[in-house]
Amino acid sequence: MKDKIRELLGKLGGLPVAVDTLADGADLYAAGLSSFASVQLMLGIEDAFDIEFPDHLLNRKSFASIDAIAETVSAIVEGREAA
Amino acid sequence: MNMMSEIRGAGLVERAREVAAVAAKHADAVDKEGRFPHEAVAAMKSARLFGIQVPILLGGEGATIAEIAEVCSIIAQECASSAMIFAMHHIKLSSCVSHGMGDEWHEAFMHRIVREQLLLGSATTEAGIGGNLRNSICAIEVDGDICRLTKEATVISYGKQADAILITSRSHKEAASTDQVMTVFLKDQYTLEQTHVWDTLGMRGTCSDGFLFKAEAPAVQILPKPFAEIAAESMLATCHLLWSATWYGIALNAVTRAQAFVRAAARANPGTTPPGALRLAEATAELHLIKSNVIAGIERFEAAKEDPAQLSSMGFAVAMNNVKIATSQMILSVINQAMIICGIAGYKNGTPYSVGRHLRDAHSAQLMISNERILSNTATMLTVHKLDTSLMG
Repeated sequence: MKDKIRELLGKLGGLPVAVDTLADGADLYAAGLSSFASVQLMLGIEDAFDIEFPDHLLNRKSFASIDAIAETVSAIVEGREAA
Repeated sequence: MNMMSEIRGAGLVERAREVAAVAAKHADAVDKEGRFPHEAVAAMKSARLFGIQVPILLGGEGATIAEIAEVCSIIAQECASSAMIFAMHHIKLSSCVSHGMGDEWHEAFMHRIVREQLLLGSATTEAGIGGNLRNSICAIEVDGDICRLTKEATVISYGKQADAILITSRSHKEAASTDQVMTVFLKDQYTLEQTHVWDTLGMRGTCSDGFLFKAEAPAVQILPKPFAEIAAESMLATCHLLWSATWYGIALNAVTRAQAFVRAAARANPGTTPPGALRLAEATAELHLIKSNVIAGIERFEAAKEDPAQLSSMGFAVAMNNVKIATSQMILSVINQAMIICGIAGYKNGTPYSVGRHLRDAHSAQLMISNERILSNTATMLTVHKLDTSLMG
């Protein structure tokens, strides 16, 4: 999952640095993720994983790092499977 | 809910009214000469209004956003520039209160704000960046215990009169443009070389000249949280709400003048309804909408305040953006209605029904953080954020 997230981040994140140089826990906002790019990334992730982010997960924290995104996506996927 | 019943600060409304009375005497001169409202600001200091937001344990009054908004609105009814200065001071102070608690230097600073009634200014705008305050070109340089910053600040409201300036920059010289911090610099720690003159249509008393800002101070004065968090969790919401409260005050006073005009006409011709009466009724309906909008925004902020996840959520950001957009647009239509009601007496300066200054001041609302920028920001968020389908929240 993290590889896919990295790929989308590289394509949609508009970061001034290469995604390979970022650790999974690195702060994406500090790395230059703008609010516009973060929304593009959210859309890309929704599409790639066939999910919809509920509003309570649409906040800065959910997209603060690759780890955080993976955690957010997992929570939604698991919730869907449980339901 | 009656917000007035929530105003619990010791005589806050009375103190605000005293300031408004002083502001009223000088409002036309401040506007005409484009000068700083020294008298109103001195009155704010003597009414000890600059420290009200500081928590009680640091010597302040722990005033809520609702209480501060009420003060903004009361002062704005007499002098929009004075109210805007008061609002901007408290927007800056909210960053310290929300993000500086637990930090020794910033706690001591807040204590000092109360004690000495310091006026805080803001420098977020920068040459080459424009109004996009979530980007910086300049970077703060930390050298051991000292930090240094040079910024081409194209607008610093009341820069010359402020006692301290809170200024944004990149967090270090290699940082991305969005990786920002905010630093407090005290008056004796910076120099200002004027580069732009504030000669504007309205809000002339805010004296928002441009400067080359150069400063050096102990590095502990950098706020301990990233500016991204400060902006999302306190600054933008406080900004939109206190500005909106100020704009509401301007519109309210214009309608009050229109009402006085209609009442005078009604008394002059008993038994007939004056021509402006219907339009006045229409204007008060719009005014009521603006008021409801501001109150709903304040209540939403108060409810979200203790929860950083909510404060940084898209739903909250969209709601605050919408308060700003709606208020800044609607006041123009309301004040214009007031001018039509008052006719030439409203259009002329120096009559009891003049609303020209109101209209000019109100035109700044769409530009202070441009509505174009805010709408495009909301538009982006609406591609993922889903609208709330309930009425009561």
